[in-house]
Amino acid sequence: MDIEQLKTKARKIRYDIIKMIAAAGSGHPGGSLSSADLLTALYFSKLKHRPREPFWADRDRFVLSKGHCAPVLYACLAESGYFPVEKLITLRQLGSCLQGHPSCRGLDGVEVSTGSLGMGLSVAVGMALGARLDNKKTRIYCLMGDGETQEGQIWEAAMSAGHYKLDNLCGIIDSNKLQIDGRVQQIMNIAPVADKWRAFGWNTLEIDGHDFKQILSSYDQAEKTTGQPTMIIANTVKGKGVSFMEDREEWHGKAPSKDLAEKALKELS
Amino acid sequence: MEKKATRYGYSEALLEMGAVDQNIVVLDADLSRSTSTELFMKKFPERFFNLGVAEQNLMGVAGGLSLMGKIPFATTYSIFASGRAWEQLRTTVCYSNLNVKIGGSHAGVMTGPDGASHQALEEITLTRVLPNLTVFVPCDYIEAKKATLAAAKIKGPVYIRLGREAIPIITTADTVFEPGRGIVMRPGTDLTIIACGVMVNEALQAAVALQERGISARVVNLHTLKPLDETLIEKCARETGAIVTAEEHEIYGGLGGAISEAIVKSWPVPVEMVGVKDQFGESGQPEELLRHFNLKDTDIVAAAEKVLARKNKKQGI
Repeated sequence: MDIEQLKTKARKIRYDIIKMIAAAGSGHPGGSLSSADLLTALYFSKLKHRPREPFWADRDRFVLSKGHCAPVLYACLAESGYFPVEKLITLRQLGSCLQGHPSCRGLDGVEVSTGSLGMGLSVAVGMALGARLDNKKTRIYCLMGDGETQEGQIWEAAMSAGHYKLDNLCGIIDSNKLQIDGRVQQIMNIAPVADKWRAFGWNTLEIDGHDFKQILSSYDQAEKTTGQPTMIIANTVKGKGVSFMEDREEWHGKAPSKDLAEKALKELS
Repeated sequence: MEKKATRYGYSEALLEMGAVDQNIVVLDADLSRSTSTELFMKKFPERFFNLGVAEQNLMGVAGGLSLMGKIPFATTYSIFASGRAWEQLRTTVCYSNLNVKIGGSHAGVMTGPDGASHQALEEITLTRVLPNLTVFVPCDYIEAKKATLAAAKIKGPVYIRLGREAIPIITTADTVFEPGRGIVMRPGTDLTIIACGVMVNEALQAAVALQERGISARVVNLHTLKPLDETLIEKCARETGAIVTAEEHEIYGGLGGAISEAIVKSWPVPVEMVGVKDQFGESGQPEELLRHFNLKDTDIVAAAEKVLARKNKKQGI
């Protein structure tokens, strides 16, 4: 897809996100919206995958470590053709494969179950080691939240990826500067973020996470980098695309009312 | 009686499998000399990953390797594997039903001088509550080897409880090891002693002592704690009418807890539990600690007499 097509697709992804969270009556719109451009670019212009052959052995892998942003993943999977878009409104319902946090049980395209923060990057490291053992060209992507990097396990994983020089691994931090209780900087400061990843041996890029040109270019740069893993720190706006949700922590984990959902959907149509 | 630690059964099985299956990979967290996975590291360095002192990452990395078709054996001390990395075991490995095998060495008070921090007494409790997980507690070196070979054949996560100390070898190459099926090691009619790990040997010694007192004790080696052999447990409850459980582990939630849960659903009979009772371990020599925590054959004999008294009272004798 070219950039104009990606922009259109990202609007649709955001539309899907609001629609499914409103239907569910709960969920996490803020971080889903902030990472929508990052994942749209990944799923529609970068990732080597076959939605109709989800277990294709040579596919690239994506791990959603920030599992609460399941809606953006589900929207990307549905829009890619893994399952019908109409299924999205079953989010969080009993019996639905669209669990509140991603479960790989019964939903092809979800590589591993996540939801407890800090665990995804370790899995991605294991995947990268496995791909390397088999001399596969497979690339591994892992999306984390900025607040999520307060978890100790992230840094255990960061250390191991640097140690093993996993250049087939690309981490992405959706740096929207907000976590449940408020500003990341105030709750538990993680700055300087880029310096930390560099110190752990990562090729570290900082981009505008809503600029498709920069996003695509960073994915390409990561692929060209040899001898070390790449971390893309994407500066984003929480709630991006819905005016009343932008940069507001209260939209981390709640569904819009019927009226507000309609307002949001109008903005995104 | 020949003695050998169960951890060597594990590492020797890894070596055997590593030679024939390229998908076998081994991970450790800076304890490869203690767990003895260094044997694998020396032979197959490209398939060995030392993750350093970082057990949560160890568990997740093993998960990732399994998702690429590898059969990873994540190895560390049992307290770290089942405790520190419990949520990674739960949410990454078991919830996703990943093909990860976990070797937890240095379980129980027989870990010895290192003391309570390193003596895992809670793993059976912590692991048997996890859906999809198979839990093995081998009774000797030979059974540990078989359990490890069996683990690789099971599709899904497996936890293997291993020990540091050399313990008597009581099974033979011919003893059938079938996951989920307990082994009757000695027939008996008055009561059944159900044991796991090193306590199977103590149970066999106890049965001999009981025989001398005219008591016929059946001994069951329950090497698989999950899935539990409920058929055999019920059969023993029906046929012998009294049960003693014996484990080098906390009784609450452990073997004692598991057996009790099973028989109240099927055929309730009096149960006495030999094991660690709501306590942490202590530094000391392994044998000394078994005595200190009342985990010897003599303690099983005492429990047998107690359970028989309850059984007879119930029957109105």
